[in-house]
Amino acid sequence: MDRARDKIVPVLTILAGLVVVWYVAAVLLNAPFQRDLDRRAGETPDTIEFIAKTLSQPKPTMPAPHQVAENFFENTFLRKITSNRSLVYHAWVTLSSTLLGFAFGTALGIVIAVGIVHVQALDRSLMPWIIASQTIPILAIAPMVVVVFAAVGITGIVPKSLISTYLSFFPVAVGMVKGLRSPEFMHLDLMHTYNASASQLFWKLRVPASVPFLFASMKVAVAASLVGAIVAELPTGAVAGIGSKLLAASYYSQTIDMWSALVAGSIVAALLVTLVGLAGRLVDRSMGARPA
Amino acid sequence: MTMTEAAAGETTAVVEARKLGLTFQTNDGPVQALTGVDLTIGKGEFVSFIGPSGCGKTTFLRVIADLEKPTEGTISVNGMSPEQARERRAYGYVFQAAALFPWRTIAKNVALPLEIMGVPAAEQKARIARVMDLVNLTGFEKKYPWQLSGGMQQRASIARALAFDADLLLMDEPFGALDEIVRDHLNKQLLELWARTDKTICFVTHSIPEAVYLSTRIVVMSPRPGRVTDVIESTLPRERPLHIRESAEFLAIAHRVRDGLHAGHGYED
Repeated sequence: MDRARDKIVPVLTILAGLVVVWYVAAVLLNAPFQRDLDRRAGETPDTIEFIAKTLSQPKPTMPAPHQVAENFFENTFLRKITSNRSLVYHAWVTLSSTLLGFAFGTALGIVIAVGIVHVQALDRSLMPWIIASQTIPILAIAPMVVVVFAAVGITGIVPKSLISTYLSFFPVAVGMVKGLRSPEFMHLDLMHTYNASASQLFWKLRVPASVPFLFASMKVAVAASLVGAIVAELPTGAVAGIGSKLLAASYYSQTIDMWSALVAGSIVAALLVTLVGLAGRLVDRSMGARPA
Repeated sequence: MTMTEAAAGETTAVVEARKLGLTFQTNDGPVQALTGVDLTIGKGEFVSFIGPSGCGKTTFLRVIADLEKPTEGTISVNGMSPEQARERRAYGYVFQAAALFPWRTIAKNVALPLEIMGVPAAEQKARIARVMDLVNLTGFEKKYPWQLSGGMQQRASIARALAFDADLLLMDEPFGALDEIVRDHLNKQLLELWARTDKTICFVTHSIPEAVYLSTRIVVMSPRPGRVTDVIESTLPRERPLHIRESAEFLAIAHRVRDGLHAGHGYED
């Protein structure tokens, strides 16, 4: 209980601070346009009225928190989830592609790591390419991936999730290489004295030793997957998803819609990272870890 | 007929080293970890290796265990090469730290070698129960290593080394990290265990009282290069209560060990 309070109080304090900063920024950023409007309408509002107006523009430069909250609430809870104005619908489209890409990425990362740890040639040849792969701007690759796959008749969720895979396999591969190499010399010697086979060494020592590393890197990977899914929706003409919602809103200067889509994306990201963390904790517990 | 074949004929020699040497190639040039070691260890003996750091006592144990390859001379374990002996699971090895797998319960840790060696589940259970009893850990089967004290963890690691019934037990400073009270207790238990199981034990230590208390034979070693400087036969009876350590006979042997260590110039510079 005390620990929860220790965590919640600082988080809420920071949040309150951010909201205050946000309001101030909204007033300052929306003021020039509001002054312009007032001048043309020949109005001379007092300060309170002026501030109220800057915080209630329909297409503000910087939407106020309550505008975003209202929009978010309306589009999340008041719409049917099948409606394409529903944020739940868009979040689901992005989430499904995120999860598929994350699953591919984790599997690919593990396979690469196992290869690197066991085959010396791969260890020397693969790592530079893997690192290089992450320096390529994902926005440049996304349309090509979608176009190439469409050319061979694969469309929909798979090409989109491949972008997530591209971003998420990297942390898993790097983390798992470290994890599979984490057993101490003494444990390796011990297995050697038992004349353990390579597969026994792998399954009984390397794999269990790598589990904490796997979950730590999966936390990073799942967040990267979401970014990948959103980015994949931007340049590919996707009609649904958080990314397409962001793009459409920016076309029409619907800044409030953009911000509430961003909020939806952040909530999905927080949920995903929390879930992976929770899964990691459960697995840790079942493997006899000392409760923290 | 080579020396190794001759040794195979005798049933009593468990370890037989002839002119054994091991030179490590390091970045600072070659380091002679062992040189000219001639030693025969008979069945049922309790042999301690004592000497300052760098005298090669652990290296010698690791050569027996086929964890290091000698660069000179010959060594046989049960009349075979160390590699063959390891493949036949001829020995149990106890490390300086307990080296338990943290994700396995104590019983599962003890079961590890049995799983690897393909012992049927029912027999695994019986053997775990037996060795847990031997090291007085019955009742702690379901605990995880972190829930046990250092001494109990080391006992669990001894149980693990005993589980597959190898006749030879190699112990590398197993109690080095434990406090003296726990160490005394474990020394006594180890002697009882040795008496009950009739195993051959090679025991590395840098404690003179521990070496004298436990051993039937004490091998004194000295560093740079690592070599054997003295082999002392213990005249103590097999039955050794803790207070035997205050007897004149005990102190005389301890004195000879200390002399051997000094003669090896181990503690100069």
